[in-house]
Amino acid sequence: MSWLLRHREAALAILIALMIAGVAAYAPAFATPGSLLGVLDDTAFLFMLAVGQTMVLLTRGIDLSVAANLALTGMLVALVGQYGPDLPGPVYLVLAGIIGACLGLVMGGLIGGLGIPPIVVSLGALAIYRGMIVVIGGGDQVNASEMGISFQSFAQAKLVGLSSPVWIAVLVALAAHVFLTRTQTGRALYAVGGNPVAARYCGVSRERVEVLVYTLSGAIAGACGYLWVARYGVAYSEIASGYELTVIAACVIGGVSIGGGVGSVPGAVLGALFLGVVVNALPTMQVSPFWQMGIAGAVILLAVVLNARAEARHGKLILPEARAQ
Amino acid sequence: MSGIPDRPPFRLAGLLLTWEVILAALLVAVFVLNSLATPYFLDTYNLADATWNFSEKAIIALPMALLILTREIDLSVGAMAALSAMAAGLAAAAGMPAPVLVAAGLGTGLVCGMVNGLLVTRVGVPSIVVTIGTMSLFRGVALVTLGDGALTSFPPGFTALGQSYLIAWPPLPLSFVIFLGLAAIFTLVLHRTATGRRLTAIGANPTAALFSGIEVARMRFWLFAITGLLSGLAGVLLAARFGVVRPNAALGWELDVITTVIFGGVAIAGGAGSIPGVVLSVFVLGFATFGLSLLNVPGIVITVLLGLLLIVSIAAPILIRQMVRAR
Repeated sequence: MSWLLRHREAALAILIALMIAGVAAYAPAFATPGSLLGVLDDTAFLFMLAVGQTMVLLTRGIDLSVAANLALTGMLVALVGQYGPDLPGPVYLVLAGIIGACLGLVMGGLIGGLGIPPIVVSLGALAIYRGMIVVIGGGDQVNASEMGISFQSFAQAKLVGLSSPVWIAVLVALAAHVFLTRTQTGRALYAVGGNPVAARYCGVSRERVEVLVYTLSGAIAGACGYLWVARYGVAYSEIASGYELTVIAACVIGGVSIGGGVGSVPGAVLGALFLGVVVNALPTMQVSPFWQMGIAGAVILLAVVLNARAEARHGKLILPEARAQ
Repeated sequence: MSGIPDRPPFRLAGLLLTWEVILAALLVAVFVLNSLATPYFLDTYNLADATWNFSEKAIIALPMALLILTREIDLSVGAMAALSAMAAGLAAAAGMPAPVLVAAGLGTGLVCGMVNGLLVTRVGVPSIVVTIGTMSLFRGVALVTLGDGALTSFPPGFTALGQSYLIAWPPLPLSFVIFLGLAAIFTLVLHRTATGRRLTAIGANPTAALFSGIEVARMRFWLFAITGLLSGLAGVLLAARFGVVRPNAALGWELDVITTVIFGGVAIAGGAGSIPGVVLSVFVLGFATFGLSLLNVPGIVITVLLGLLLIVSIAAPILIRQMVRAR
């Protein structure tokens, strides 16, 4: 039991397996390979965004603009698809990544360069990016029939039973994991978040790290924007509205600390998978969709409370009451 | 901007460059520009009506300012307002009189706020995480209870709360007067009492505050409870104004409220901020929005402008300071 508490990823994986088994006992259709692959398809965006958010959270930051960035970039590439030539899908993916990275870079500059708190910058960016969608798109939506064939077919293509967003999510997660665990810059993220003062004395540039993580988070959000719009076949201003909080919830369930310096890509991916399984299991158990939000909230609270209990054992506490602060 | 030290020596330049003075100048600019742009802006009844649209959120901004001042945050305020409005609506559907409706709304908000406070102070989970969870939970309870329906029957004694003027001339809407009264109380408490100094001390350095004998956890608990109570009040006023409650009432308010508080000069890192600054921020944002909508600027464009205003207003002083230092 104590081993499980120390290895959060293993505990979470076991919990997810138990949950799938529990749901399957009630509704056997849920545990069929087709249905489980469907869960992965549905959760692909959450995987990618949670990985991007993890890098930001590690540096003691927060990026509330990811969903707005996703929607704005999605609208921009949809307009390119509508009025431009029918380019191959990967071109749109790269284009969306670059647009998203630029949107993130602006935030990174304000946060790293000027030292404005991340929550302020990303709140402002959230409002601006959402509004820009309507300003640029003229309040109209771009429909599937207007986007072009290859624009959509790339995001809907399947390889070995899984759609392309899942494969891209796998690549993003692997790349991010290697980056965070095997490169000097990746370790710098932990250093900056774990102890900013010590990081500074070690010659780690907080400014550079911050510009980098918001740009990466933006690039991932932008790429998700193209895939989202192409997969669901519509671009409009309210896409993924409020999704930024789901992304943060996935990270927190996966053991990424809001206080910075603690967390891993496997944790974030499992946190996203946990939420994905919960959300997808409810309809198969014939639970009314109205219950979904309440149950998701209760599950998030339960997970973070258990996390806090597990974490409380770590470290030496000279003054027990100080823990709560 | 620093929190605790005693008063620095008086300097005129220092006074002129405080955030409150800059906000007051912005407010004057908003009034001048808007009255030049349209003759309908400087109309007593138009201005009074404009306050309807921001008073409810402004009421929540007051306790939110104290929470952010003490390094906490509450993202569940919109959901608490919706749940409280629903409680009032359910009481109305059961045929209760107006005072019971108000009590049901306020009580629901208070209980929700206490749940937040308990989770933050007892379990020790960061408030941003707790309130992301409770936001879904509270809104989810409203969704489960109402589904895709709505509560529409309210007694006239209740709807009067959100639709009537306190006095005929000058036309002061009741919700606006409630906001002003609460703002006065919050100003006194934060800036003139020991409790206010303790809150600032917690925000400046929680550990030092704890060692100074301040009951940090208890004060934070009550701040969350009060935030819930006043979110409940805002929900009651909202239900009374529209006479209808849906599960998506007050959706997204949390971000508007936090924007108002930050624009009002409360430091997100804690320990600095003033209630007059928040009140001025409410007026600047509220009347700027009202003026722009009089000019037929679409709401979504106003959102972009307010987002830009938030970032520019925080970035400009930092840029100016950096340029001065570079010389």
